[in-house]
Amino acid sequence: MAMITYKGESYTCEKDETVLVCLLRHKVFIPNACQSGVCQSCMMKAVQGTPPKVAQTGLKDTLVAQHHFLACICKPEEDLEVSLYDSSKDWMLAEVLEKSLLNESVVRLRLKPQHKIDYMAGQFINIKGQDGTSIRSYSLASLPTEDYLELHIKRVPGGLVSNDLHDMVAVGDSLSIMGATGDCFYTNRDQEQPLLMIGIGTGLAPLYGVIRDALAKNHTGSIHVYHGSLATPGLYYIDELRNLANEHESLSYTPCVLHGDAPEGGQQGDIQSVVRTDFPDLKGYRVYICGDPQIVDSIKKQCFMSGASMSDIYSDPFDFS
Amino acid sequence: MSLYEELGGEASVNAAVDIFYRRVLSDAYVASFFEGVDMEKQAGKQKAFLTMVFGGPNNYTGLDMREGHKHLVDKGLNDSHYEHILAHLRSTLAELGVGNDKIQEVITIADSVRTDILNK
Repeated sequence: MAMITYKGESYTCEKDETVLVCLLRHKVFIPNACQSGVCQSCMMKAVQGTPPKVAQTGLKDTLVAQHHFLACICKPEEDLEVSLYDSSKDWMLAEVLEKSLLNESVVRLRLKPQHKIDYMAGQFINIKGQDGTSIRSYSLASLPTEDYLELHIKRVPGGLVSNDLHDMVAVGDSLSIMGATGDCFYTNRDQEQPLLMIGIGTGLAPLYGVIRDALAKNHTGSIHVYHGSLATPGLYYIDELRNLANEHESLSYTPCVLHGDAPEGGQQGDIQSVVRTDFPDLKGYRVYICGDPQIVDSIKKQCFMSGASMSDIYSDPFDFS
Repeated sequence: MSLYEELGGEASVNAAVDIFYRRVLSDAYVASFFEGVDMEKQAGKQKAFLTMVFGGPNNYTGLDMREGHKHLVDKGLNDSHYEHILAHLRSTLAELGVGNDKIQEVITIADSVRTDILNK
């Protein structure tokens, strides 16, 4: 019989009993609905031990990679320590190693966390503002193999955290951070699949991590990167992305601007129309979309209608406040 | 063998969800009921619905269906919209190569929950 540990308490799981039934029987409430492995409301995470493969049926690959499983169809074969899907992590301090402007409204911070953070390129961390209560999420542009966490922070008018990070925080200061979470990252389940990456504004940050992660994991399919902004001064990392495209034949980079002239190799027009024209048929593609939520949702729908499967669309809508 | 297994189990439901959801969103008559919803969550609900009408594992309760659609009925969801959804289900199955008699079995199950969904 397997033991299930949850929030520091251990429970005996009877033969043929699922994790969900076991916990409910011990009066531990876990959100659930269909109890047949379909609705995914009882999703949990295995912190210790491996759940049987069948308990991950139907889960997106990024969730499987983070050891999530469905409690209602999980009959454990070994002891498991489990937590709820959205279990909060601990706050820790991170030192600002470097601070530089990427363009007129985006600052790049590189941080050294107090303890090593386990993350996938493209996930995000939370940062506490100087007031000690405001919390904002920022995507990681770095790779786990790099010895710093890199963030691209856009100044939001009236923003409680972004203005502090732009104006107050200096190299050598410490920030309170927590992370990492999110499921907008690369998995090498199909290395030949063509990838379409669409970043709006600082939506490039997670994609800059995902692109380099895919290349480091020897992705062989084509990778098409589109970075959109209102005008050319709002773009950044143009040279870095051009260099990546020069080094890797499979990679193409297209900066898009709504107003004014686009940089060489770029396109003028709204990024959604540009993508629609360049990719009328997205069947078989894997698509990553990050940035302003309204544009993300709209492009997400367009990509789905153009033939991309829902399970092949990864998005990270940023909420600016 | 259950109808669900005959249709190809979970893999066939996954294939059906994309086609079905795309058809529904392309139909202006019903698409407005799906505006502003989280597409991934919606796809999850459609997967549960299709699994149920395929005769697969489910924990269907009429009460959940009533609760889940009440706000749409308040917005005017009625029988004519339901006919559209059934038509999209039919053409989805046809596109997947399911035979006519099997399609009819699925439609019969889908039609049996109409009163719950429309809160009649």
